[in-house]
Parts: sequence; structure tokens; C-alpha cells
Amino acid sequence: MSAHAGELHAGHDEHHGPPLANQSSRVDARTLGMLLFIGSEIMLFGSFFAVYFFVRVANPSAPAEWPPPPFEFPVFVAGVNTCILVTSSFTMHWALQSIKRGQRTAFLAGMVLTFLMGLAFLCTQVIEYLNVGFNTGDGAFASVFFGLTGLHGAHVAVGLSLLLMVTIRGFRGHFSPEHHHGVELPGIYWHFVDVMWIVVYTTVYLL
Amino acid sequence: MESPFRSEEAAFRFLLITIGAFALIVVASWISAFLGFIVFLGLSAAAVAVYLRQRGPAPEREHVEQRGGAGGRRVLVIANETVGGPELLSAISTLALTQQTEFLVVCPALNSRLKTYTSDEDPAREAAQLRLDETLARLASVGIVARGEVGDGDPLVAVDDAVRTFAPNEIVLSTHPSGRSNWLERGVVESVRAHYDVEVTHVVVDLEAEA
Repeated sequence: MSAHAGELHAGHDEHHGPPLANQSSRVDARTLGMLLFIGSEIMLFGSFFAVYFFVRVANPSAPAEWPPPPFEFPVFVAGVNTCILVTSSFTMHWALQSIKRGQRTAFLAGMVLTFLMGLAFLCTQVIEYLNVGFNTGDGAFASVFFGLTGLHGAHVAVGLSLLLMVTIRGFRGHFSPEHHHGVELPGIYWHFVDVMWIVVYTTVYLL
Repeated sequence: MESPFRSEEAAFRFLLITIGAFALIVVASWISAFLGFIVFLGLSAAAVAVYLRQRGPAPEREHVEQRGGAGGRRVLVIANETVGGPELLSAISTLALTQQTEFLVVCPALNSRLKTYTSDEDPAREAAQLRLDETLARLASVGIVARGEVGDGDPLVAVDDAVRTFAPNEIVLSTHPSGRSNWLERGVVESVRAHYDVEVTHVVVDLEAEA
């Protein structure tokens, strides 16, 4: 290879890829993307809650009791499920703090526990659906129940996919105290899913 | 307002607060439905008040990568209605006389919020372009060569855009006097000083006194 060709090659190495995008926003683009995504999710859940409150409160033929007899919600099972999901947020937080401190084993343990607890929540919800004793055709309350809890379940499924990817990447040696953005963003999403469940569980099951 | 989902830690803290708040609502509702509603309203109002009062962490001071050869100075001038003001032209002339200087004049296309939200920006950009053209012509008439651009309606975004493409050694911000300047009211000069590690000069142009 001639010296000239070598220089050209070196020049290509220096200017690899397109120039950096102009970034006006003061917020990191990836974090901003997650914030906008969560904003849209809050609006989506908001629309489902609007239906719930219409059916339960604003509707002239709203049932006096919730759920209307003879149906009942499995409050205790859902409560245990709530505890599992909330605990998974603690393990998620522990996992991120561990990778920030460079404790890889604790990080992996935290991720595996978070994933397993998320999976347990989802499986319990499926079993709850199979044994709840009513279906979507049994009235507006049933549609609202399945709509809200199902929407949340879909979000748990998405969160589990993200957690699985983080866990696999973690076992392959990815992430470090300096580079853990890939753990931080699914963590934010997971906590959001938990916050939404607290709201769903309280309004649908308890109140 | 500080976003509760700006980081994992903030989101986790928000989750804990949510658990506490909803536990209170449930307990109050079991006592009386009306009390539960009152607690819900009270907690919602408190949450809004707290988050509105909080401010996010101060952004880190950004290092502006210097370009140009030795002796070459790059000055970014940000001005809108005051762009043709005598004080600003005098400041630019002084800079041009002391050192070989490359100027970029940016005129933010100021617009009303309603028009910004409805994407009705053309008149604002045209007005900014007119003022900019006049200023560049006046600078050229005294032998100062400067480039010009119409920038974003938000002066901080306009500065940010120009800093990334022009990499100035100095930023000159021109505003109306205190009391008549929206930019001073918003703390634009302080924000620019706090955000970039380059010299920031503030020029006050009193157009009313001139008239």
C-alpha cells in the first residue's frame, strides 16, 4: 500500500460516520425520549381511567356496589401480587446501585430477581383472569376491569422484555460503573409500571 | 418543574411517595368516602405545589471547543429588536478594531406563544431577517464583515444552536434596559454565563432614549 493510500485510510478513520447531530435540548436525548414515552403512557392510562370513572361514578346507571354483586374481585391475591411487584422495584433499584458501585454479582442477582418477580406477577394475573368468575361480556365493570388490568399487564410484559435484555447483556459482561444507561432507562420504565399498578390496584380493587 | 422520571433514583423515590400517598387515601376512604376524596385532593395539590417549587439540578458548565488559528477571535452576537442599536454596533466595532475577529450575528425570531404553538413563525422570521440584513449592511458600511442567521425564537436555544456550529470565543448579548427587557426578566444573560465557559458581554441598548 502506498503512503498516500495509507494517509487516505487514516483520514477515513478520523471521519468515521456522519457528523454529530446538533443537539439543542439540555436534556440527554435518550432520557428525553423515555420521558416523552412515559408522558404518552400517562395519557393512555388516563383515557382508560376516564372510562373507569365514567362507568363507576358519572354513569346514571352506575352500580351501587363495586363490583356489582354477585361478582367479587380477588383483592387478597391481587394484594400479594402488588407486594411482589413493589418488591421488584426495590430489587431493580438495588441492581442499578450495585452496577454503579461496580458490584457485578449483586447487579446480576438484582436483575434476575426483578425479572422473576415481574414474571410471577404476570403469571399470577393470568391465573387470576382464569379464576375471576366473570368475563368481558358480563357488563361494563368487567370490561373496565379487564381493560385497565390488561393494559397494565401488557406494560409489564414490555417491561419484562426490557429486563430480560438487560439481564442477558449483564451476563455477557455489558455495563460498568461508567456505562449503565441501558440499566437506568428500563429501571425508570419499571418504576413507572409499578406506580401505575399502585393507582390501578387502589382504584379498581380497594376503593 | 423537576420530572419525577428524570432518573432511576427519582423514579424510585416517586414510587415510594406514591405508595405512601395511596395508602393514606385508602385508609381515609375506609373511614369515609368523602374523607378519602378530601385526602386525595389535598395530596394532589401538595404534590403539584412541591414539584412546581422544585428545580432540576443545575446543568454543568459546557466547554466550548475553540477553533480558528492564533489571533483569530470568534464572536457570537445575539440580539433581536436591539440588533441595530448604536451601543451594540459600537461594541462590535471596538472588538473588530482590537483584534482580527470573525462575527456571527444571530437574531432570534421572537414570536408569541400562541403563534409558536400553531407554527405561525413566518412573519417573525421575516421581521428578524429584515433587522438582521439592515445590521449586516451597517456593519459592512464601516468595514466589518459579519455573517448573520435568524435563530430559534427562544434566545437560549438560539445561543445553543449557534455555539455548536460556530464555537465562539466570546458571546455578546444585546438587550433592552432592565425593566423593558423580557430576556433580562427571564435571566437569559445569567443562564448563558452559567452555561458556557466563554466570556459573555452584556450590551444594553436603549432604543427609546435614542428615539
